[in-house]
Amino acid sequence: MLEDLLKKGGLAVNIAVLLKQTPDTESVIRIAGDGKSIVTDDLKWIINPYDEFAVEVALRLKEKHGGSVVIVSWGPQRVVESIRTALAMGADSGVLIDDEALEGSDSLGVAKALAAAVQELNPDIVLCGSRAVDYDEGQRGAMVAELLGWPHLALGVAVDSDGSKVQIDRPIEGGKVAAEADLPAVATLGGSHAVWNPRYASLPGIMKAKKKPLANKKLADLGVDPSECGAGAAKIRVTALEMPPERAAGRIINGDLDTAGKARELVRALHEEAKVI
Amino acid sequence: MSKCVCMIAEFRGGNFRRVSFEVASEGKRIADSLGLSLCGIAVGSGVADKAADLGRYGVDKVFVADDPALENYVAEAYVPVVAEIVAKCDPAVIVLPASVDGKDLGARLAGRLQAGLAQDCTEVVCENGAVKAKRPIFAGKCFAWCEWAEGALPVISCRPNVMDCFAPMEDKRAEIEKVDVSIPAARSRVTGVDLDTSGKVELTEAEIIISGGRGMKGPENYALIEELAGLLGAAVGASRAAVDSGWRPHSDQVGQTGKVVNPNLYIAVGISGAIQHLAGMGSSKFIVAVNKDPEAPIFSKADYGIVEDLFSFIPAFKEEVEKHKSTCS
Ligand SMILES: Cc1cc2nc3c(=O)[nH]c(=O)nc-3n(C[C@H](O)[C@H](O)[C@H](O)COP(=O)(O)OP(=O)(O)OC[C@H]3O[C@@H](n4cnc5c(N)ncnc54)[C@H](O)[C@@H]3O)c2cc1C
Repeated sequence: MLEDLLKKGGLAVNIAVLLKQTPDTESVIRIAGDGKSIVTDDLKWIINPYDEFAVEVALRLKEKHGGSVVIVSWGPQRVVESIRTALAMGADSGVLIDDEALEGSDSLGVAKALAAAVQELNPDIVLCGSRAVDYDEGQRGAMVAELLGWPHLALGVAVDSDGSKVQIDRPIEGGKVAAEADLPAVATLGGSHAVWNPRYASLPGIMKAKKKPLANKKLADLGVDPSECGAGAAKIRVTALEMPPERAAGRIINGDLDTAGKARELVRALHEEAKVI
Repeated sequence: MSKCVCMIAEFRGGNFRRVSFEVASEGKRIADSLGLSLCGIAVGSGVADKAADLGRYGVDKVFVADDPALENYVAEAYVPVVAEIVAKCDPAVIVLPASVDGKDLGARLAGRLQAGLAQDCTEVVCENGAVKAKRPIFAGKCFAWCEWAEGALPVISCRPNVMDCFAPMEDKRAEIEKVDVSIPAARSRVTGVDLDTSGKVELTEAEIIISGGRGMKGPENYALIEELAGLLGAAVGASRAAVDSGWRPHSDQVGQTGKVVNPNLYIAVGISGAIQHLAGMGSSKFIVAVNKDPEAPIFSKADYGIVEDLFSFIPAFKEEVEKHKSTCS
């Protein structure tokens, strides 16, 4: 700890990353028999890419200031694999909230469980993706911050901290904004792979990860009343899923035409048929 | 006061953003179906002078919080202010823009109000006095219909460019009520704002998008599609391959881990059509694909396919567009 404090002369920062496991982005999504959930049997599960960016940012901050990175996730035991991946990237420990009572909860219910876990860990900074590539609720970070009474900054594409504040750059429509928050604070990550280039787990990292602490928790362990965040407490629920409308078959602009002919035909079609130019 | 539908407007740089009018129009449709009035919430610096304009889009009464401290959106400052107004107007439904700031405001507000939030909705319907909202999930690979529990407050953010905007009723003005709000001492703040004044069209708001992928072969070749975009008033997007190669800024990435767009016309140039890319642009009204490989998956989504080398086709297409523009104007 003293070593950490001396590093760069700054304060060590303890960071919690809220990590969601999602289906692989390659997944073909099919609607299950109940009409309101997806078929999960054959899905491959990954760390939500935006949360992976959060892990990367957390590790960089730890490298700069010293401190620790804890991964907080929720869901069934299959999520352990994703937490281990984050530990192999370099995070120090993990907490998995695995409680059947969370089944069918809405974003607010999940946020209540996460906020309770964060409270117990008492970090300086909470990081997570601005969105998850599955249900794209876009609520986790801001809600957890509100429940904790902490400030939050959303959609960072650059993140830094001096140990007392966290600063981000955030793109808005037609520009960008720089913002900062006093710690403790929540920051959510935007950007893309090109921005964060999250590290791969190294082989020694994978070996080490197996021995890092990973705690399984029930809601009761966190002092959360399951009836406050389960399906029964959900304010909003999905009642039906629908596939996007099939696109009408398109056409290849006639291969017999020369380049200029195809260009002319495309302009005509876009103007007369589609009426978009 | 009887219940109302409440819309939250977005004010930036001295004006309401267009999406505010879309949200007002959608709010009005919901209010009419439920037999309620439509209230507005306008927060910002200098917003009082413009607030009555929301009446043109069906807002009956606007609650205004106008304060220099509200110049820039900061969640921690805006949310308590909005929540205070919400308590005053006691809405049955809240609608707001699913813009960058709107999505963030909605999330923190729903946390504060213990409400249920549906983000980025593309359709709202009223059935038996209750609302239902439809929203894309898995970046548009599927859609979810959401309903609210008895007694829960629906908060609905509306995806920009989707909800029909009324033609403004020029002579209509909304009643204004200025609200004295206490702005909490925030522990977060905006330290800089850098607005792009180049007039570049924002991807998520563009009617036409031309995206270039790995087939563009290098950053220098994007001039080809930029010129074409200039002619068509289009925005330029990119695939992840182009962004990862450092050819284009990450803000241009279209797809599951980039922007989800739904323009009238999407032109994919030198893009193969990976599932993550299709997720981001598959709901575009018309899709054109230019690719030299006839087997490229993008053609399965395209209304018009051009099997050609882009380096010969795009200049020819640009020339034809120029001709078309000169005969049409
Ligand atoms: C977690 C994750 C998230 C992802 N998110 C995204 C995302 O958000 N957006 C995204 O786009 N991708 C995303 N991807 C990547 C995606 O899988 C593809 O790798 C990527 O979309 C490919 O980009 P591309 O089509 O430009 O390149 P390629 O697949 O290499 O295709 C290039 C195409 O250009 C054509 N071409 C080449 N030269 C010419 C020429 N001279 N004239 C005409 N055509 C030519 C080729 O025939 C080919 O079809 C993601 C992947 C992962 C794993």
